[in-house]
Order: sequence, then C-alpha cells, then structure tokens
Amino acid sequence: MPQTLLEKIWNAHVVAQQPDSPAVLYIDLHLVHEVTSPQAFDGLRRRGVKLRRPDRTFATMDHGIPTHSRDLPIVDALAAKQIAQLETNAADFGITLYGLHQNTEKQGIVHVIGPELGLTQPGMTIVCGDSHTSTHGAFGALAFGIGTSEVEMVLATQCLLQRKPKTTQVRLDGSLRKGVGAKDIILGIIARYGIGAGTGSVFEYTGEAIRRLNMEERMTVCNMSIEGGARAGMIAPDDTTFQYVAGREFAPKGAAWDQAVAAWRRLPADEGAHYDGTLTLNADELTPMITYGTNPGMGMSVTGRVPDPAQIADVSQRNALSKALNYMALRPNQPLLGQPIDVVFIGSCTNSRISDLREAAALLKGRKVNPRVRVLVVPGSAQVKKQAEAEGLHIVFKEAGCEWREAGCSMCIAMNGDQLEPGQYAISTSNRNFEGRQGKGGRTFLASPLTAAASAVAGAVADVRTML
Amino acid sequence: MEKYTTFDSRIVPLANENVDTDQIIPARFLKGTDKAGLGDNLFSDWRYDADGTPRPEFILNRAEMKGRQILLAGDNFGCGSSREHAPWALTGYGFRAVISTSFADIFRNNSLKNGLLPIIVDRDTHQQLFSLTAEDPDTALTVDLSRQTLTLPDGRKVTFPIDSFSKACLLNGVDEIGYVLGMENEIAEFEARRAA
Repeated sequence: MPQTLLEKIWNAHVVAQQPDSPAVLYIDLHLVHEVTSPQAFDGLRRRGVKLRRPDRTFATMDHGIPTHSRDLPIVDALAAKQIAQLETNAADFGITLYGLHQNTEKQGIVHVIGPELGLTQPGMTIVCGDSHTSTHGAFGALAFGIGTSEVEMVLATQCLLQRKPKTTQVRLDGSLRKGVGAKDIILGIIARYGIGAGTGSVFEYTGEAIRRLNMEERMTVCNMSIEGGARAGMIAPDDTTFQYVAGREFAPKGAAWDQAVAAWRRLPADEGAHYDGTLTLNADELTPMITYGTNPGMGMSVTGRVPDPAQIADVSQRNALSKALNYMALRPNQPLLGQPIDVVFIGSCTNSRISDLREAAALLKGRKVNPRVRVLVVPGSAQVKKQAEAEGLHIVFKEAGCEWREAGCSMCIAMNGDQLEPGQYAISTSNRNFEGRQGKGGRTFLASPLTAAASAVAGAVADVRTML
Repeated sequence: MEKYTTFDSRIVPLANENVDTDQIIPARFLKGTDKAGLGDNLFSDWRYDADGTPRPEFILNRAEMKGRQILLAGDNFGCGSSREHAPWALTGYGFRAVISTSFADIFRNNSLKNGLLPIIVDRDTHQQLFSLTAEDPDTALTVDLSRQTLTLPDGRKVTFPIDSFSKACLLNGVDEIGYVLGMENEIAEFEARRAA
C-alpha cells in the first residue's frame, strides 16, 4: 500500500505496538535545553536509572541565557541556577553540552544548532521539550515538541508512547513574488486556516513553491506548524536537503553517506499515498504578511485593514477579536501601514539563520534605523554569529543603528531580560504574538525579516516592496 | 501518580477561546528547577496587576471560586508551547479537569500525565454548560472517568471520549515511564536489529 513520508518514518520506528495502546516509538535524536529538562533529570535520579543513550542526546542553552556580552555575569539568579543545573545534569549523565562554558562555539538556539551540526537528518524521529521542534521536519524527519514527563521518558528509555497522528497535506503551488518569503507563506497559511487547523495532525508541505525553498526557508515554514496546531511539519527530502546536510559534523561520511542518501531518497510519499486532508494556498497570491492580534492566526497582508468585530457573526470569535484589539490598542478597519513601532526584534528559531540576517542586512545597508526604534538583532547560534561577522553583516547592523547580540532565544520568549515594556509595539520575526509573550503588556506584530527591517527604517509598519 | 477518582465540583467558567500556555503560565515563571509554586502564578497576567494585587474582575479572584476543581474553557485550550508547567500550574492551583470543545495536542498529552483530565464535549453541551453556570454559578458536576461521564445537576449524563490506554493509566495511577522501562528487551532488540 502506498505510504506517506510520515508513515514510512513511523513504521521504521515502532518498537512495540500492543492492541488498544499507543505505539512505543523509538527516538533517534533528543535535544535538551535548560528550561524544560531539570525536573526530568530529577526524575531519573529519583528512579535511579541512567540515561539510556547519551550518544543520541545533545544539550544546549538558549531560552534563559542573556544575549549581552558573554563576559558579563548572569544577573538573574533563577536563570543562573537553571543554567548551572543543566551543566551539572550534562556532566552527571554524560551528555554533550553546547553551553556558556563548554563547546561555546557551537552553542545556540536548539532548533538552529541541530541542523547546523548535521544532527538533524532525513528519516529521523526527533524530539525536544520545545514546541518548535517542528522545525527539524524541514529535513523530512518526524520532529515534534514534548513535555517534561516525556523528556524524562526519552532520557530513560529512548522511546515515547505515541499514537500515529493524521497527515494533512499543505500544498503550495505557484511562485513567490518579490518581497514575499517563507515567513509570509506560513503566516498566510495560518491566517487562512486558523490556529487549530492542524490539531491531531502533522502537516506535510508539498507543491512547487515549497520545492523551490532553500533549507533555511523550509525550516521557517516547518517551525510555525505548531502555530497552525500541528505538532510536526514535514517536507520530503530532496537534493536541496542532501546538499545542506553533506559535510556537516554529524552527517554520515564516505560510504555511509552514499548509503544514507540512497535510503533518504526512498522517503518521499509514494504515488497515491493517502492524506487525511489537504489545505492549499497559491504562492502567487501571497503578499508580505503581518499579524494584528494576539494569536498567530490573526494575520493579514501588510497593506490590509484590521478586521471589525462587528462584522463577525460568531459570538465567541467576535469577543476574541474585540479582546485582542483591546489588548493591541488597535481600531477596527484601521490600516497597519504607518502604525508607529518601538522595537524591532530580528531573531528566534523562526528567523535567526544566516539567510535571515543576510536579507535584513541587505535592506538595512546604507540606511538608518528610525531613531525612535530599538532594534535587536540576535543570531540563532554562535556559528551564525561568526558567519555573519565574517561577511561584515554586524557592521551593517551596527551602522544602521541596531544592537548586535549573542545567540539565544532572547525577545521571542522574553525570559532573559530582553523584553518589551508595557504598551510598547514590536515588529518581531519570532513566532508568537500572545499577550505578554515578549514582555508583560507588550504588543507584537509578527512579520518576516524583510518587513521587520523595512519597518525599523520607517519607524512604523512598512511595506518592504516599496523599498526593494 | 495518584489514582484518578470520581469527584464532584462546582465550575470555574473561562469563556476565552484559544487560551495559550503563555496565559496559563507566563514564561518568566519557567525558571524553576522543580514544580513548586506554579499554582500561585496560574493565569498570572490576567489574575494580578503589575504590583501583584489580585484583579477583582478576573474569575479566579472571586471568593466563591476558591476550591473549585473544574475549569470550563473556550475552544482550543492550551495552544502554544510544550511547557508542562501549564498543567503543573493548573493542578498546583487545584484543578482536576478542564472541559472544552478541543485541546492543543501537546497540552492534552501533558495533562494526561499529570492527573489533569482534558474533557472534550460537543459544541451544544459546551454551550449548555456555560448557560448553566451563568444561570446558577454554583452548578456542580460529577466527573466519573471510569464511566466517562459528566453528570449534570438534573441527573443527565454526558459521555466524553478518552483513549483506553490513557484512561487505564489515570484510573490505576500507572507510571508510564515505568511501563516503558519494563520493555527493555524489546527496545534492545530494536536497536540491535537496526544496527545490523
């Protein structure tokens, strides 16, 4: 019977399947960070069990770490304790840690360094105690976020109890226009189909517009699958994938590489494979996107007008929109173009890779950030930072008036002191515009790196297409 | 884990749709290395002013809500991050069940592992429950997991779905990690097969 990409990976990882029970699914790669792991390691100690596969477990620090100079101390005592705890846990259980004191040159956001180091490979099952683990699905892996109890289970057994999710095909035909990128694709999908569209399901992105994306763009799309409700997003591997993986530190080498690629070529869905549903979008129709509300589904074209709750029939949806506009201090029917902003954040596991920084820098080169705007540029990893500096991008950012930071999650989750003040507006290349996400009382517009850079210059929400 | 037993409770209604995990427990409370104290910060940004004063208009701050164990929530409850701190905060506060029309997948999984029952009801029942609590804020329900029923004050029973494995784990207080640790032979065989 023809199989989907998901089914092929799933079937290759089922250790045991008892009737009326979830499958015991083997996990190839477990990524660990400081915030969702301490209680799991505690659990191992309480049980007196060892970590089953330290060779398949890798740790980094990203959520709570400062992004100012690494020479400065961590002033947040709780964050410092959590970071120290991960160092202890990694040492006690024999895990490789890319941290602030060890292997620092490879530290970074967990979903940036996995692919960067070649840990992320097609056909794998990958988990992490972080919902944006969906990012790794860009390589044709089954990758999803788990809670801390599940982190403990994987540490102890290298397995998870899982039921096979449904697969929804998300097909993008056509081609993107100038100024429109991967971030606009995923914001467009979520705006159209809603934040619950993927519940119970994995998204598999297909179509010519997806095929043409490079790996970093594919990661941006898969990253925000969870914002559409799908635990995982996947893209069938192809030559673009193999070229990206080839030669990276943990990628297979020599004959093993040839064998791996041969196996990976068999992963794409068979002709006639069954999907549980299909969502479609035409890339030609996409414009630069922006969100106006307090969930990622409240998005529109950057040239659009904020919707009017009075026009919405469903009571609870109307109330939700009213509440969101109240929080955002926006009026129904107002355009967002020209809406003044206070902060621009370029970073996060969605948009902090070298191609994101190149795009933003190309727009900012020879231009100045509006003086009313604070701009943080936070590379996704130490390696991205190093590469950007080798290309002189940091000079472009600094000359334009941006802050150039060390790698971390930073203002995407605002745990580390990088945060909005109450009432401030930010354009952010991150993934969530929930109330208070970037700081209590802060207001977030999600957009692409290009739109963020253009808006930084304008000091207000801008249409990047007028500046290209 | 403790066995999940049948209980009666009045209801805390929270009609908002798409309540995300950042609202349930904001990220600044994720810096702990244990699970203690999260219940005090449940819905922190809705519950307290900047100076920590409880906001009287927020539902949890009404005196009569104290001790209630059922949260009646809007659609798509628990969307957003994978933080298990969300169910830890809800159970830390004292909730044992959340009723909604739908739950985000990761939140649902995390809840089941922490003795917090995510109860899915159809849209009509959902609406009726909100109407009942609006008419009589002291409306109480019986949650019976073994029979998969909610019993309304008039005696009417509404059944809810749950997969048999999760149900058995909750009712018997099964330690799922212990269960999989017991499959060491199968896991080792799987690894050997793949290495071959």
